[in-house]
Amino acid sequence: MTTATQVPTSTSSAAQKWLHAYRQMVAIRLFEEQVNDLYTRAIMPGLAHLYIGEEAVAVGICEALHRDDYITSTHRGHGHCLAKGAAPDRMFAELLGKRAGYCKGKGGSMHIADPDTGNLGANAIVGGSAGLATGAAFSAKQLGNGRVVVCFFGEGALGQGVLYEVMNLASLWKLPVIYVCENNMYNEYTHYSETTAGDILGRPVSFGVPSHSVDGQDVRAVNAKATELVERARKGQGPSFLMCNTYRYRGHHVGDVSREYYRAKTEEQEWMTQRDPIIILTNWLLAEKHADSAQLEKIQNDVRTEIEAAVKFALEAPYPALEEVDEDVYA
Amino acid sequence: MPDTVTAAAQRELTLGEAVRDAIAEEMRRDPTVFLMGEDVAEAGTPFKVLSGLSGEFGTSRIIDTPISEAGFTGLGVGAAMTGTRPIIDIMFGDFVCLIMDQMVNQAAKVHYMSGGKWKVPMVLRTTLGATRRSAAQHSQSLQAWFAHIPGLKVVMPSTPYDAKGLMKSAIRDDNPVIFYEDKMMFRFKGPVPTEEYTIPIGVADIKRPGDDITIVATSSMVQVALGAAKMLEEADISAEVVDPRTLWPLDEKTIIESVKKTSRAIVVDEGYQRYGVTSEIAAVIAEGAFHYLDGPVKRIGAMHVPIPFSPSLEDATVPSEQQVFDAARALCSRS
Repeated sequence: MTTATQVPTSTSSAAQKWLHAYRQMVAIRLFEEQVNDLYTRAIMPGLAHLYIGEEAVAVGICEALHRDDYITSTHRGHGHCLAKGAAPDRMFAELLGKRAGYCKGKGGSMHIADPDTGNLGANAIVGGSAGLATGAAFSAKQLGNGRVVVCFFGEGALGQGVLYEVMNLASLWKLPVIYVCENNMYNEYTHYSETTAGDILGRPVSFGVPSHSVDGQDVRAVNAKATELVERARKGQGPSFLMCNTYRYRGHHVGDVSREYYRAKTEEQEWMTQRDPIIILTNWLLAEKHADSAQLEKIQNDVRTEIEAAVKFALEAPYPALEEVDEDVYA
Repeated sequence: MPDTVTAAAQRELTLGEAVRDAIAEEMRRDPTVFLMGEDVAEAGTPFKVLSGLSGEFGTSRIIDTPISEAGFTGLGVGAAMTGTRPIIDIMFGDFVCLIMDQMVNQAAKVHYMSGGKWKVPMVLRTTLGATRRSAAQHSQSLQAWFAHIPGLKVVMPSTPYDAKGLMKSAIRDDNPVIFYEDKMMFRFKGPVPTEEYTIPIGVADIKRPGDDITIVATSSMVQVALGAAKMLEEADISAEVVDPRTLWPLDEKTIIESVKKTSRAIVVDEGYQRYGVTSEIAAVIAEGAFHYLDGPVKRIGAMHVPIPFSPSLEDATVPSEQQVFDAARALCSRS
């Protein structure tokens, strides 16, 4: 949402909108590739769960939200945080455990939070933010401030009971929350067909929550559906459920490299070449003449420069002082 | 209770009424406060403590929920983060087992994990206490679990005066506070000032001054300790009863100073003794008053069994005045 780069020539609002979405997706892609690099060079402590391949979901959804609308995120949340407006430099700093990070180094990859962009936080418990998102929607309705909430979770969270408890509550009380299921087909290392009985969309429907499915690799399709559901929520018509069919190109986390035992390389190749969200948008932008290749390349280069500067910032930033270890336990 | 409260400026309330008054006052004062739980509105809870609140504040602020403890507790955490101040009502303390992720992994950690950016100003109102013939899954006192977790506060009033002042503070606190009410004490009466007041969280109260032995007691065990103190008085032993009022923050200073004065200590809590409240406070006393002690610190908690149903068995599993009396006399006869 916040960009430093000016997008040249094409002035139509459609062009601007989708060039911005393009930029956001490229930023997520390059950010995550840099995260992987930091991990493989043993610079980043802990693990990260990369969003590469799923960019259109975060961007398509967040572009339908206002800055003060809320999101909750997951362990695979860098894409959500960036799409909602987080700055790469402070994100890298948080991943490296530096004081300049969004959470003063206290949270790390799985707990990045940013009140300025309505980010209630990423959560390391699968389904852990279901209650929080529903509560934020409750507050928004109680206070009458018109905000809506997006609760991101993977199809693995469909196994958590609390998700159904809160959908029941949201439906009963017509809360302005959109439950977005990022179905990348793998609950960690297990194919979701082995863990998910019956019909996924039938579950929220049974609570009276309107449910939709969309091609998660098509940012314009995701955004169109999200816009509709956001408007519904803002009008007080209640919650909805959106399944976005997508794919993570890399492993469950950065260390999950040899994964043929649970996922075929041919499947990975197919998604990367035939269903890449950035390529799909690129083709559309070019076909609609909203941009030419040179413009798109310039955007990529600008983002690359920004990401490089952001990494440098984070690498040079200091760690928190030991005295800070017991600060912020209580407000 | 402070000496400055005159007879004219107080009235007698039950602990239940004191809690209700506190909630009503805070809801009048702050429109963002709401209460949510099972059977809280029309029914005013099965314990009838909240009767009348939905009449005054409506069902948009006193909200009945489905039987979804994890769901509505998690909702409470999110609501607290985003501008409202929930009181989440968990009918029986045993049901906290259903909400542990919401309280421990979420509520307790949001503020720290976010580097201080998000707060969780919520009150989790629940119960403890056996001897109601409710059997093992409706009778537990699990306050030690929450007191164990950095990021949570735990409040356990033993009188109507303490309950009202502490509930108001709990609601105004910007942290998640678990507020424990003993099911057997809802009709317990005591003086409460008519003027508004609050009691800070983290301050103990000497319920009965004494010189020979310190009895630290929580919640309904304060009455047990006071009963034992009367028996001890007849045996020429002067017992000081210290009520921590809050498990965390814990007023270690008051407890340690009392034991330094008396040189003997017993800790009574209705939770299980092992790895529990009594064990923690005994360790605090041992560390802080070691050279003043004339004997080991004695812990008295619930018997290490699931609470049995039969009345002949159940009453034997919770600390009694006789048990406290016997332990105190044994400690005092050592020196």
